[in-house]
Amino acid sequence: MLRFLLGRLGQSLILLFIVSLIGFSVLLLAPGGPMSQFALTPGISKAELDKIAAQMGLDRPILVQYADWLWGLVRGDWGNSFRDGRPVLEIIGGHLFATLLLMGSSTVIAVGLGTWIGIKGAVKRYSMFDYAATVGAMIALSIPTFWFGLVSIYIFSLRLGWLPAGNMFTIGDQTVLDYLHHLIMPSMVLALVNVAIWSRYMRTATLEVINQDFVKTARAKGLSPRRVLMKHVVGNALIPMITLAGLQLPTLLGGALVTETVFTWPGMGRLFLDSLGYSDYPVIMGLLMFSAILVIIGNLAADLITAFVDPRIRLA
Amino acid sequence: MSDVPASFRPTRRQTLGLFGLGAAGLVIPQAFGGVAFAQDAAPKGQIVLGFSQEPTVFNPHLLHIEVDEGVYFAIFDPLFGVDAEGKFYPLLAAEVPTVENGGISADGLTWKVKLRDDVKWHDGTPFTAEDVKFTLELLVNPDFRSWRRAGHELVQELTVVSPTEISWKMSAPYAPYASILASTFIVPKHAFDGQADLNATPFNNAPIGTGPFKWVKRVAGDYIEMEANTDYVGDGPYVEKLIIKYIPDMTVLYTQFKTGDIDVIGLQWITADHYDEAKALPDRVVIKAPNPTVESIGLNLGKPVFQDKAVRQALYAALDKTTLIDALYYGLPLPTESYMPQQSFYYNPDLPKHEFSTEKANAILDEAGWVKGGDGIREKDGVRLAFTNSTTAGNHLREQAQQFIQQTFAEIGAEMTIHNLPPAVMWGDYWMLSQYDSTIVGIAFLTGPDPDTADYFSSKSISAKGGAGQNTFQWENEDVDRLLAEGAKIFVPEERKVPYLELQELAREELPFLPMFQYTVLPGTKTGIEGLVPNVNVRVDSWNVGSWRWV
Repeated sequence: MLRFLLGRLGQSLILLFIVSLIGFSVLLLAPGGPMSQFALTPGISKAELDKIAAQMGLDRPILVQYADWLWGLVRGDWGNSFRDGRPVLEIIGGHLFATLLLMGSSTVIAVGLGTWIGIKGAVKRYSMFDYAATVGAMIALSIPTFWFGLVSIYIFSLRLGWLPAGNMFTIGDQTVLDYLHHLIMPSMVLALVNVAIWSRYMRTATLEVINQDFVKTARAKGLSPRRVLMKHVVGNALIPMITLAGLQLPTLLGGALVTETVFTWPGMGRLFLDSLGYSDYPVIMGLLMFSAILVIIGNLAADLITAFVDPRIRLA
Repeated sequence: MSDVPASFRPTRRQTLGLFGLGAAGLVIPQAFGGVAFAQDAAPKGQIVLGFSQEPTVFNPHLLHIEVDEGVYFAIFDPLFGVDAEGKFYPLLAAEVPTVENGGISADGLTWKVKLRDDVKWHDGTPFTAEDVKFTLELLVNPDFRSWRRAGHELVQELTVVSPTEISWKMSAPYAPYASILASTFIVPKHAFDGQADLNATPFNNAPIGTGPFKWVKRVAGDYIEMEANTDYVGDGPYVEKLIIKYIPDMTVLYTQFKTGDIDVIGLQWITADHYDEAKALPDRVVIKAPNPTVESIGLNLGKPVFQDKAVRQALYAALDKTTLIDALYYGLPLPTESYMPQQSFYYNPDLPKHEFSTEKANAILDEAGWVKGGDGIREKDGVRLAFTNSTTAGNHLREQAQQFIQQTFAEIGAEMTIHNLPPAVMWGDYWMLSQYDSTIVGIAFLTGPDPDTADYFSSKSISAKGGAGQNTFQWENEDVDRLLAEGAKIFVPEERKVPYLELQELAREELPFLPMFQYTVLPGTKTGIEGLVPNVNVRVDSWNVGSWRWV
C-alpha cells in the first residue's frame, strides 16, 4: 500500500512538472501578453510599456521565467496577480467558496437525481420512463448551458420575477435564505447536464449488474425484489461511479466557466476567464496547477475507495 | 461668471467660496445636475453601479484600464476636475491656475497652485502640498509602473511653498498639462512612507483618498463597497453606500438593469440593439451620452498602397457611412469628419461634408492613374489596390461593418481582405508597431478636454520608427508637426483654437484615417436617481459620483 502511494506520488510529481511546463510555454508563446490591454491608453508609448514589461521580468527568455516561477512554487510562493497584486493563493482562496457552494449543490442534485433516474431506467428498461429519460438526457446534453441559463433568467427573473437574475447574494442582505434563493437557478441549470451524464452512466452500470449470476442467486434465495435491487444491484453498480465521481472532483472545485459568467457568480470559472482575458500569467498558472493537483487527488481517491469497497481489486 | 448655466444655484457655502476666490471661469460640478442640495443633508440609501469590466487597480497611478477610473473618481480627487462643458472646477486646489489669475506665468513656464486648507484624508490625516509633490514625483519615478509620464516629465523644481501652496517650473511651455492634471488623482504621501516597493504597497488594495466615498471592501470578482465620506469638502455625497458591481457579460449587465439588481448601468452601457426596448422600460431612464471615442478606418501610411492621397480619398468616398450607422448601429452614433469630439470647444464644424459616391471614387482613381487589371482590381506602378483590414475578432458589429465596406470598396476596384485577430494580438505589436494594412479602430484622441493630439499625429510619435507614441498611422507631415508645436504653447483657449481648427482641416484633407462616427453610449438609471451627467471629457461615468442621489 505504501509502495503504491509512493509510486503514485512520484508519477504525480512528474505529471505536474510536464503540465506546468507545457502550460507555461503555451501561455507565454501566445502573442499579445499582459501589456497589450494598455495599448490604447492615452499618452503611453510602446517604449514605456516595454520598460514596464522588463521591470516585471517579462522580457526574459521563457525558460528563465519558467524556472523562476517553478522555484517560487517549490518554496510555496505561487506569485502575485498582475492585476491587483495580491498573492495567487489568496485570490484562489477567495473564489473557492463561491464555486464550492454552486458546484456542491448542483452535484448533490445531479448525483441524487441522476442515480435515481439511471436505476429506474435500467430496472424498467424500454418503458415509457426509460425512453423519456433517454430522450431527456440527449436534449439536456445538447443544450448549451449559456442558452439554458439565459432562457431561465428570462422566464424566472424577468417574466415571473420569482428568482434573482444572478449574483451570489443581495449586497447588504447576506442571510442563508438569501444565498439559497440565489442558488436555485444556477445550480439547477448546472445540474441539468450532470443529471444527464450521471443517469446515463448509472443506467449502463445497473444493466451490467442486473443480469449477473449473483443477482439471480439472490432472487432465487427468495429475497424481496427491493432488497435485491438495493443491496445487490445498486451497491455493485455504484462502484464504477466512484471513478466518475473522482473525475468530477476537479470540476467541482474548478468551477463552471459559462454558468458563472451568465449568473455573475464570483467563482473559479470566472476567475479563470477573466485572468485569461488580462493575460494574468501567475493566476492562470496557479489555477492550472490547482486543477492538475485536483485531477491527481480525484483519481487517487477514486482508486483507493474502489479498492476499499471492491474486494476483487488489489492495489500494487 | 458669464459661463455659468442658468440652472446654477450655489449653496451658501459655495457662494461664499466663490466670492472669496473671486474666481472667474469656474463652474461647480453639480450645477449640471440641476438642483443643488443643502450640504448638511445626511447621505441616505445606496446606489449600485454596474460595470462590465472589473476594476482591479486601485492606485490611480499604476498602469490601469478605464474601468479602474470608475473607482478613482469616488475615492480620490484631482487638484481640479473637468466638467461636461470642458471647464475646470477646483477640487483640492483653492482655485484653478490660469494665466489670468497668475497661477500660470505668461510664458507658461511657472505654475503656482494654491490648495484648500480644510481637506482631510479618509484616515484623518490633513492633506497638504507634500501630498501633491509626492504624487507628481511618483508619476515619473523610474522604478514605478506609471500609467502616464507624458507631461509630468516636464515638471522641474517642484517646491512646497507652504502646506497650502506648491509651485513648479516646466522645462517647456505645455498647455495640455492642465488637462493632464485634471485626471491626476492626488494620493497620500504617508501611505507610501517606508514602503520598499512602490508598485506593491498595502495601499493598492485599501486606497485612502480625499474623495466623496471611503473604501470599505472589495469582494474580488464581484463588487467593491464604499461608504459616504461625511467630511467631503466638495459636493455630496448624498448616498450612504456606493457599490460598484462587476457583471462580466453585456447581456447579463442589461438584464440586471432590467431586473433592478443594479441601479445605474455604466461602462460598456446598454448595447445599441437594446435601445428601443430600454427606452420603453418602466421606472428606468436611459441617457443618450456622447462619448469621445471616434470610430475610423485607420490606414497604415507606411504601406505603399496608401501612400497615394488619391487612394485614401477614393476609399473615403466609397464608404457608405449613413447605411453603416443606421443599419448596424441603430442610428445612434454621430457621423463625423473630425477626430475631435463634437462637444469640444475646439471642434471644427466647417469641414467638407462626406458624400458617399462610388462614381466619384472611381473618377478619383481613374484620374490618379489606377487602372483596373484583369481581375477587376486596380493597379498603379506595380502596386495592387489590395489590402487587409483587421480589427478585434469577435466584435460582431465591426465584423459586419467590414463585410459591408468590403462590398462598396470592391465596386471601385479595391480589394479588401478581412484579417481579424484576437484583442491581445490585434492591439499588441501588430497595432503599436504598425504591422497592419488597415484597421477599424475606436480611438479617444484627446486627453480630457485638451485638443492636443501629438501622441497620435506627431512624426515623433511613430513607434515603428523608434518614436514614442501612438502614431500608428505613420502620418508624417511637417505642417501637422508645426501646428501641434504651436498649439501646445498657447494657454488662452480662444487663441489656441486657431491651430487646432487648421489641424482638423489637414486631417480631413490628408485622411490618414477615414473618420466614420463618434460613439453615442447608453447609460441608464432607475427613475429617482439624479446627478448622472454625461461628460465627454472623462473616460468613465462616475466622474461626479459624489453628486448622485435618490430623490
